[in-house]
Amino acid sequence: MSTVAAGDHHDHPESPYSIKRWLFTTNHKDIGTLYLWFAFIMFLIGGVMALVIRTELFQPGLQFVDPQFFNSMTTMHAIMMIFGVVMPAFTGLANWLIPMMIGAPDMALPRMNNWSFWILPFAFAMMLSTLFMDGGGPAGGWTLYPPLTLQTGDALPFVILSMHFMGLSSIMGAINVVATVLNMRAPGMTLMKMPLFVWTWLITAYLLIAVMPVLAGGITMLLTDKYFGTSFFNAAGGGDPVMFQHIFWFFGHPEVYILILPSFGVVSSIIPTFARKPLFGYASMVYATGAIAFLSFIVWAHHMFTVGMPLAGELFFMFATMLIAVPTGVKIFNWIATMWRGAMTFETPMLFALGFIVMFSIGGFSGLMLALAPVDFQYHDTYFVVAHFHYVLVPGSIFAIIAAVYYWLPKWCGNMYSEGLGKTHFWLSTIFVNLTFFPMHFVGLAGMPRRIPDYALQFSDYNMMATIGAFGFGLSQLLFLVLVIKAIRSGNKATSQVWEDAEGLEWTLPSPAPYHSFSTPPAIK
Amino acid sequence: MSEKTSKTTRGAAKLALAAVFMFSFGYLLVPLYDVFCDLTGLRFTDEEAVALTPQELQEDSSRLVTIQFDVSMNQGMSWQVKPEMREMKVHPGRVYTTFYSARNKTVDEMVGQAVPSVAPIAANKYLVKTECFCFDNQTIAAGETVNMPLSFMLNPRLPPNVNLVTLSYTFFDITKNVSTANQLDSALAYK
Repeated sequence: MSTVAAGDHHDHPESPYSIKRWLFTTNHKDIGTLYLWFAFIMFLIGGVMALVIRTELFQPGLQFVDPQFFNSMTTMHAIMMIFGVVMPAFTGLANWLIPMMIGAPDMALPRMNNWSFWILPFAFAMMLSTLFMDGGGPAGGWTLYPPLTLQTGDALPFVILSMHFMGLSSIMGAINVVATVLNMRAPGMTLMKMPLFVWTWLITAYLLIAVMPVLAGGITMLLTDKYFGTSFFNAAGGGDPVMFQHIFWFFGHPEVYILILPSFGVVSSIIPTFARKPLFGYASMVYATGAIAFLSFIVWAHHMFTVGMPLAGELFFMFATMLIAVPTGVKIFNWIATMWRGAMTFETPMLFALGFIVMFSIGGFSGLMLALAPVDFQYHDTYFVVAHFHYVLVPGSIFAIIAAVYYWLPKWCGNMYSEGLGKTHFWLSTIFVNLTFFPMHFVGLAGMPRRIPDYALQFSDYNMMATIGAFGFGLSQLLFLVLVIKAIRSGNKATSQVWEDAEGLEWTLPSPAPYHSFSTPPAIK
Repeated sequence: MSEKTSKTTRGAAKLALAAVFMFSFGYLLVPLYDVFCDLTGLRFTDEEAVALTPQELQEDSSRLVTIQFDVSMNQGMSWQVKPEMREMKVHPGRVYTTFYSARNKTVDEMVGQAVPSVAPIAANKYLVKTECFCFDNQTIAAGETVNMPLSFMLNPRLPPNVNLVTLSYTFFDITKNVSTANQLDSALAYK
């Protein structure tokens, strides 16, 4: 333990290069950095899995991997990307930014913060180790539907335990965010003065606390069904496999908003800076976020239109789902109104934020198509669904995370990144991401099913395009890695405001942000 | 401990409690979905019989409905099960009895459970089973064949457009589940 007396602060961590610094750190900036690097490593691992899938699908027929392994790649790719990339990356951003944005010296519960990060490497090591077990890794899809998932070999209990750990980590992270936002704001920082990133994360944190435990309950039922003779989902014992789908999607639908709400916050920070105008409709943004969070709890069965549901149920879930387009539309139009007649410039963070708005909207519209119960019978479990959720997650969540890194990187490391490399990264990513996922709409509408390693010959050309796009997108991300490392090591010194018109408490701190900031609360105008 | 820290700790404890509550809520969802379906009538497969009035127990000899019997084995189930009759023509309001014969071809005693399903869905709640092998586990010794009775009646309120009803059973092998449960029972009894 450090022997620093209260009020006597170091501007640097003690022994900055030792492993102990990172293992025992309770500093929100250190933990934010750990989360972000962890997410990037998982992004590469999950990305390699995606490339295995795309390699097999480059041509029709079975070429490279056996179907069981293919299925475990689709399953693992999803688990890695959802629980290992998007969620930790957002938690990392929250750790770095929330205390600086609300004028707090650190997160409210720093010890728990350390713990919630360090659970993750163990959870994911366990998850990845299942690929080497008898019977292979989980291959029944990330949704873990029984009875298929119960046919997993020795891997099942390890998969479930590691998902429990991931859930535990994100619940602790969420509790920390709520405790920080509610208790640590600088005097004068009222709730309705908070930056939208803080607002969206506060609401996300409540969603996490509400639904991650439900997932934990559902997968525990799977575990007891398989090993302890219970029959929650076993028809022979009076259970019902469809019950799992209801429980899973009660978690799963709020989960998709957990994966997107913080990106709304990121984009709402970036657009005003580069349009040089304050955010249009701040209050309506806050209420729209709340409305989306509420609606996310009453739409879960739109994932299950085809499993059998009374007409009244299909209608209810269809209309409730379409209702989500209203608050989401409020957000999109507010961003456009913010840019209206603004003095816009197009630095890399702005490019990624604009890419987000355009391509997330494409994903939103295909989501509206999927919300229509009668046509969902055609789209269900086809590549159309794959195209839809990759549009909202890759050029949606991932682009927002990348935009956030570009936007705040100068504040974190004190150096500007190379704008030329950044713009190259944006254009390569945008071209390849569309080459990858846009053709999937067409093959999906034509009937290509998802999660199958082979396909009918007529889908060959589009699949070949998607594979080329996927390799291009994957390789472009290495450029991002090079760029970030270069910015950490060298580059033009950033000013404290970094961007000409950036507003917010974090821009009042010097760049790089000192190890301890806002030990005395700042004055809020 | 300063006032602010204790307020933070209390807040965090409440949130942790909320997480624990939501974990139990996940389990609570299992019965809640049933309650919800009962309250709203949003039930897709309704196993409950419609209560019969004495008048309805009158045989409707003017109407003949065809009922088909079907059976299938779940994956891994190796019994040979056959309905005694593939189909019957029945009058609503009268109780009929038929049999399914099941043969356990294996060399081990096995326990099976039949799960019924009725098509079309509209007919589901009008098919009343007064006796059924699906009400209990069926234990069959190695190589043995048993005849299992099924007594049923169609409620005369069966919608007039339904002239063909299919009753289909799926057999599940629950030998392992039953032996696990028995072991648990005997372990508990021993204590």
